[in-house]
Amino acid sequence: MSDITQDDVGYVAPAENAEQDLYHPKSWITKYVFCQDAKVIAIQYASTAIAIGLVALVLSWLMRLQLGFPDSFSFIEPADYYQFITAHGMIMVVYLLTALFLGGFGNYMIPLMVGARDMAFPYVNMVSYWVYLTAVLVLIASFFVPGGPTGAGWTLYPPQAILSGTPGSDGGIILMLVSLALFIVGFTMGGLNYVVTVLQSRTRGMTLMRMPLTIWGIFTATVLALLAFPALFVGAIMMLLDRILGTSFFMPSIVELGEHLSYSGGSPILFQHLFWFFGHPEVYIVALPAFGIVSDLIAVHSRRHIFGYRMMVWAIVIIGALSFVVWAHHMYVSGMNPYFGFFFATTTLIIAIPTALKVYNWTLTLWKGNIRLNTPMLFAIGFIVTFLNGGITGLFLGNVAIDVPLSDTMFVVAHFHMVMGVAPMLVVFGAIYHWYPLITGKMYSEALGKFHFWVTFLGAYLIYFPMHYLGFVGVPRRYFELGDTQIFTESVGQLNAFISIMTFIVGFAQIVFFYNMFRSYIVGKKSEMNPWGAASLEWMTPEMPPGHGNWGKSLPLVYRWAYDYGVPGARDDFIPQNMAPKDVPMEKKARKSTRKRKS
Amino acid sequence: MNFFRQLTEKSWLPDENGALSIRDNNVSDTASSRVGLKVFLVVVGFLFFLLTVSYAGRMVYEDWRPVPQSWLMWQNSAMLFMASVGLYFAQISARQDQWNHVKIGLIAAGAFTVGFIVGQALAWQQLVDKGIFELTNPAVALFILITGLHGLHMLGGLVAWGRTADKVWQRDKFKLSIVRQSIENCALYWHFLLAVWLVLFFLLFSGNDNMGILLTICGFK
Repeated sequence: MSDITQDDVGYVAPAENAEQDLYHPKSWITKYVFCQDAKVIAIQYASTAIAIGLVALVLSWLMRLQLGFPDSFSFIEPADYYQFITAHGMIMVVYLLTALFLGGFGNYMIPLMVGARDMAFPYVNMVSYWVYLTAVLVLIASFFVPGGPTGAGWTLYPPQAILSGTPGSDGGIILMLVSLALFIVGFTMGGLNYVVTVLQSRTRGMTLMRMPLTIWGIFTATVLALLAFPALFVGAIMMLLDRILGTSFFMPSIVELGEHLSYSGGSPILFQHLFWFFGHPEVYIVALPAFGIVSDLIAVHSRRHIFGYRMMVWAIVIIGALSFVVWAHHMYVSGMNPYFGFFFATTTLIIAIPTALKVYNWTLTLWKGNIRLNTPMLFAIGFIVTFLNGGITGLFLGNVAIDVPLSDTMFVVAHFHMVMGVAPMLVVFGAIYHWYPLITGKMYSEALGKFHFWVTFLGAYLIYFPMHYLGFVGVPRRYFELGDTQIFTESVGQLNAFISIMTFIVGFAQIVFFYNMFRSYIVGKKSEMNPWGAASLEWMTPEMPPGHGNWGKSLPLVYRWAYDYGVPGARDDFIPQNMAPKDVPMEKKARKSTRKRKS
Repeated sequence: MNFFRQLTEKSWLPDENGALSIRDNNVSDTASSRVGLKVFLVVVGFLFFLLTVSYAGRMVYEDWRPVPQSWLMWQNSAMLFMASVGLYFAQISARQDQWNHVKIGLIAAGAFTVGFIVGQALAWQQLVDKGIFELTNPAVALFILITGLHGLHMLGGLVAWGRTADKVWQRDKFKLSIVRQSIENCALYWHFLLAVWLVLFFLLFSGNDNMGILLTICGFK
């Protein structure tokens, strides 16, 4: 924390940063549709991601109808159920969370938080969104082809993914793979922008270690994604060739319905390696931006500098690096060499160290803070608790001996939904509430926000805590129905019904969120310029919402980190990043003591 | 200030010399394009690395039937090498403001690259003619995939080459630094794809034994 006294700090007037040639839209179409402004692209990304996320939410309801009330809904066939699972998983992980955190928050926040006018390559950025939208449309198209979307499970494991017994093995799997390849191409365009903007377009004074943790999270996650997505890309292209041209990358010699297929010599395990080499970093592609955002929410709303900033940055980078050497813990049941299992169990446990460090630092940031329990803060605290719960069950599953019996049970479903579904979504909501005034210039209804939080938070726990129990008693995942399985007591069915009812309650509670957002946008109170008293740069734009080019005539100069809250001697409880030391309003007492010291 | 020194900055403390921390490098569009290209090349490198691992991992199986060597591939490799030399020549000439030499270098690079891509297509045709274009043979399928993806990257490079050539021929319409940067970027891209190709070439025609030591070290054998 900077202990600043006026006049103590020398000042060197910096030269103005080189200006970026901005594209200025000339028509409605280029301003709102084919727009190169990162803020508009961010909203396009976020809207598309949320829209497709709602489709995935409906699919989860359909699954829960079947699980909670088997034999009651005749329109849900086993094939439908597997198609719902597959589309739900893939949409939530890739098309919603990745796109929302990196395409949505990344586009909006990076230029504003680093003091840039726009992304480094605005045209490529625009194309990135349209390729993403095409990927989403191709995915949706798979619902309308003969045979429907693929029902291979979100991991798309071969050989069953392309065999005729699997739902959607005609056009569905092809469209899914094409959609994934498109998504990766689009993401690479966007990802290059995020990385280069952070490295090249920071305004003067914005050193790497003065960047808010939100940017560190998004930046590191983008690097991870740029390195991890090629694995999925390679896997998708190879499987596409297996399906269309009859190559045998992943297809072994196989007999189907008594007929020997022409495939031979492929390795299904190779696909699993490629998939999880992408799949595990993907967890952190979603988690790291969430870590960064939640750090900023906690600092702002507890009026405290983030505890252990440098450690927090290093932890993000170390977690990112380690995430590439843990992938095979998803494959313990694939029959791997026990030494491999030992190696991956060890790395999995090691990654808990920097993660735990972050949890401690969040807690210590809250310690003795002037905590404001407003909606963004509630969601931030909700995230810490949820991530901790999900993380701890992850430690269970990281051990081979525990994972093997639990691997195919609902325990795993509960674990990854807590850690990768509920936890990041709590951050998404917290972040939307936090930056809503910046994006819209309006204030949302705090009462509706808090109602939304409590229903979502408690509801999520009422869904997933019982699910852990179901896993412990051996209820298998991926089953359409349990039937008359004698080993399960009646309570299993009752719990399943209870969970299903809760999913509907939590799902419908999201209407409150959308109502709050739309109503506040239309009739909400106008927001002050910096309603939370945040120190980071995104709140320092001359207009709110920020205009085209973000910063008016000249770019901001940065004099400090983003966490100068409660600085001794300063009059206000925060000092903006772009406030020069000589302009910091001081308390009278501090001024006197400064004069005394000088004399 | 290097990257690792920046990561140890104590940003919560006032600067030691009491001055505002200012990044001393002046950021410009051309520098961003260079950084963007380098990041992209890392991604491309990772893509081919994963394909290489997939190929090497499959090689160790007993039923592995590698694609037979072809003299055409040696010729193609030489073409790509010459394309890279052409761009190097253009790069050096641009630094010395010898724009006629730049044009010669660019034309040579373009011609050799087209020759390389056509040669790769002919190599595929050779497989068909020899009757060994069996897609169910993983070696053949990987050969097609790897050479195909590399060829697609070269085609993408030709688009950039075309834009660069346009800038060189109409250089009075552009800032000289942008024209030079464009040539430098093209050269870097070609050198990188040449390096990738040489690794792939070694891999594709290394037979079952040449990679033995490497595969043993990696634990595949």
